[in-house]
Amino acid sequence: MHEMSLAEGVLQVIEDYAEKEGYSRVKTVWLEIGRLSGVEVEAMRFCFDAVTRGSLAEGAALEIVETEGQGWCLVCGKTVPLAARYEPCPECGDFQVQVAGGTEMRVKELEVE
Amino acid sequence: MCTVCGCGQGETRIEGEAHEYPHVHEDGTVHSHAHSHEGEHFHVHADGTAHSHGGDYLHGRDGKYLNFGQGAARAHVPGMSQARMVQIEQDILSKNDAYAAENRRRFQERGIFAVNLVSSPGSGKTTLLVHTINALQGRFPVAVVEGDQQTSNDADRIRATGAPALQINTGKGCHLDAHMVGHALERLDPADDSLLMIENVGNLVCPAAFDLGEAHKVAILSVTEGEDKPLKYPDMFAAADVMLLNKVDLLPHLQFNVPLCIEYARRVNPNLRVILVSALSGEGMEEWLAWLEAGLTAARSRREETVAQLKQRIAVLEAELARLKG
Repeated sequence: MHEMSLAEGVLQVIEDYAEKEGYSRVKTVWLEIGRLSGVEVEAMRFCFDAVTRGSLAEGAALEIVETEGQGWCLVCGKTVPLAARYEPCPECGDFQVQVAGGTEMRVKELEVE
Repeated sequence: MCTVCGCGQGETRIEGEAHEYPHVHEDGTVHSHAHSHEGEHFHVHADGTAHSHGGDYLHGRDGKYLNFGQGAARAHVPGMSQARMVQIEQDILSKNDAYAAENRRRFQERGIFAVNLVSSPGSGKTTLLVHTINALQGRFPVAVVEGDQQTSNDADRIRATGAPALQINTGKGCHLDAHMVGHALERLDPADDSLLMIENVGNLVCPAAFDLGEAHKVAILSVTEGEDKPLKYPDMFAAADVMLLNKVDLLPHLQFNVPLCIEYARRVNPNLRVILVSALSGEGMEEWLAWLEAGLTAARSRREETVAQLKQRIAVLEAELARLKG
């Protein structure tokens, strides 16, 4: 979706922490991206490279940890795995499933110098 | 993703199918990436040994050591220096969310009911807005923020109704963000106890993720689009609290299955409220206007409660002050 804005958001987070944590160069960035977050991981990589050019994270490796989607099935009354928002509950087949996890878009960790 | 060669897997889908990429590194190591959902990593080495393991430990290419720690680059490359790691754990959209929280606080302080209208281009958002504003004339004040990539055509159409409107041109941007809306609020300065309609950029994808500080996202889908749009663009229909099915005056001329469309929308969002409307014929408009009015009444009463609480607090402090003086 809006991966360019998200990549800019990542760079903002990196820049915000640079002074506090005392680093001037970022070698690797770990992101946590949920499978239900709507983020296209390959587009994210492309945009990250474009956005970080000329910044302290230029050339940094981007590691993306994808987290699984989870839903709360109102019929079963429990948490079930959910591959997509429109999927039914894998156990009872009902569509009354509310997303309960896998929407993360976080900067987890940095390898810095 | 393979941390040595950088190849991706499972991210791009063609006709809904994920692909598996076995490949050969320069040194002849053969990799087959079948990262399961648990993050398992399956390798076939040049010497023919195959094994799989979880993502949180590393192994040497010769299989002679295992490192259960988190190596610097988490790559299976020997000789790489241990560099400093910094834990961040920060949401990528945290900056936008902070601006949105500020907008929301302003709305609450002033009894403003803000709705964020999202849809694809051509769903009839602006026409619906114009008819909504006209119907609300004399009932309560309405202000509008218009988002488009270019032109001020939409804001001009809104201003023709007499309602204050401000156009945001996002240029190449595909959505409004909370920072833009914050600036628009400074310029537009909507009245206390009023309805604020934010017409987002026509796009069923990107605006879903961006909180503007609104009370509700309202998705508008017109019957000239496909009934399966909620399945094709699930994020937006999941983010919305209300779906307006617009242009229902055209139903006699179309093969659009209304119950199926609503069923698809509720698959994505079981709590979605659906209102069938036609801005042109006026069908369903009363239900839509009543929903807006109820929201505005709630926003106003919350503000009155806050004001009453503050007055009470002032009275307590004044009494305290009088006691101290006495």
